[in-house]
Amino acid sequence: MKSTKFTKFTEKEADAKWWEIGNYFRRNSIWMLMYCTGCGAIELPPAMTSAYDMERLGMGPMATPRQADVLLVTGYLSVKTLRRIIYTYEQMSEPKYVVGFGSCTINGGVYFDSYAVINRLDYYIPVDVYVAGCMPNTEAILNGFVDLMGMMKNKTANGWVKYHENYEWYKANQIQAVGEVHVHDEFHE
Amino acid sequence: MLNILAGIGIAFFGFVLQTSVAGFNRKVTGRIQKRYGPVWYQEFRDIFKLFTKRSVTHGWIFDFGVIMAVGGIIGTAMFVPLTTHTLAFAGYDNFFIYVYLIAVGMLGMAMSASGSGNPLASIGVMRALTTMLAYEVPFMIIALTIINLTGTSSLTEIALAQQGQFNWFAIALPLGGIVGFMSLMGMLGKKPFETYIAPAEIASGPMVEYGGKQLGMLLVMHEITVFIEVTLFMFLFLGGAGSIIVFLIKYVLIYTFANMISSVNGRMKIDQVVLFFYKWPLIMAVTQAIIAIYIGWVI
Repeated sequence: MKSTKFTKFTEKEADAKWWEIGNYFRRNSIWMLMYCTGCGAIELPPAMTSAYDMERLGMGPMATPRQADVLLVTGYLSVKTLRRIIYTYEQMSEPKYVVGFGSCTINGGVYFDSYAVINRLDYYIPVDVYVAGCMPNTEAILNGFVDLMGMMKNKTANGWVKYHENYEWYKANQIQAVGEVHVHDEFHE
Repeated sequence: MLNILAGIGIAFFGFVLQTSVAGFNRKVTGRIQKRYGPVWYQEFRDIFKLFTKRSVTHGWIFDFGVIMAVGGIIGTAMFVPLTTHTLAFAGYDNFFIYVYLIAVGMLGMAMSASGSGNPLASIGVMRALTTMLAYEVPFMIIALTIINLTGTSSLTEIALAQQGQFNWFAIALPLGGIVGFMSLMGMLGKKPFETYIAPAEIASGPMVEYGGKQLGMLLVMHEITVFIEVTLFMFLFLGGAGSIIVFLIKYVLIYTFANMISSVNGRMKIDQVVLFFYKWPLIMAVTQAIIAIYIGWVI
């Protein structure tokens, strides 16, 4: 029989409870920052407009990385754009998630042997959900986001925690790919 | 003491009301665009989600300005009358109190946005102040005409005058009603006059560097500002509200109508906004003032 005596939460349990409450809000209000480098961007307008209507799930596009929760990387990443992706990812406020989109972010796609294109995004920033395909169609994209919501519910979407824990490993990979990674902050230097 | 609690209650009521109405209006916009739209409490989810996120700071002016904006707007909302006799501070519902106090919140936001150091934020603040300069002139002429006709600048007494002596001023002064509604669209930042938000052009303007808790507080501030502005319009032009039911009906109708106009319009450039407000609304406002005050034609 369950005890009816009131036991005080420990700090850890209280944190977990708050996290669950926050998770409800976070998974029902996903604000995306779309990093549309490749051809993947063409699948997003039907997902946002009347055909599939993302907004009924609480999702919407946002203008800047500070406001966004999800970084949506659509398509291939050249070494130059990878640098911008890293800066953008580090500007986002936590908890933050990354959705890799199309086979380019998984293994390089059709550009797998190019000298200027990175093959696997997961080496440089932690990716929570991949949407495979070249191109993935709009249902696959929405399915990927629903998967991300499920992962938030199960507390398995913790790429941003992994980024903190394995920061040296990610940093070494980033430096190997792009040379120097340094954010020039001209306002506070 | 009780007055202050009642005032904070009114501000909280305004926040809950406007957040629900804004969520409902996202559904209305969705239906206009042949979409299903989000649930009506989506705005609450967005704001509470922002409060659960971690955020960065850009110096103490950035943080202090956000607190000043929210505090200034709550302070303004404490004076707002809900009905003609529901009022936290009786006798302090003068029209000019809102005009002055609402500037505290706006300037707090402007200070905070400039403190972030982002050039797009400065452009957004400059555009917001320019838009304010544009719509305030015709709106002030009409408001002063109403004050001249009724002989009082108290909002509840203006509303009572419309229930007895005059028709609703949207009908009694038809040109003035149109000008007032255009100015309301400018105040709310609705679509033809949305130049200072402009997500695709200047990356949401003043809000460009906000994320997490600060953005959540700014959204709270925005909802209460809209509540104050719509209530002001209702009391000046649509005869106020005798009871809370009438208040709710008029409030939802005004905001939904503004939102419907907004969702079928494009966005003007900033110089087009200023030229527009200084052309037709200004001419209409001056004409209305001359007709009403010097000729005495009031329907």
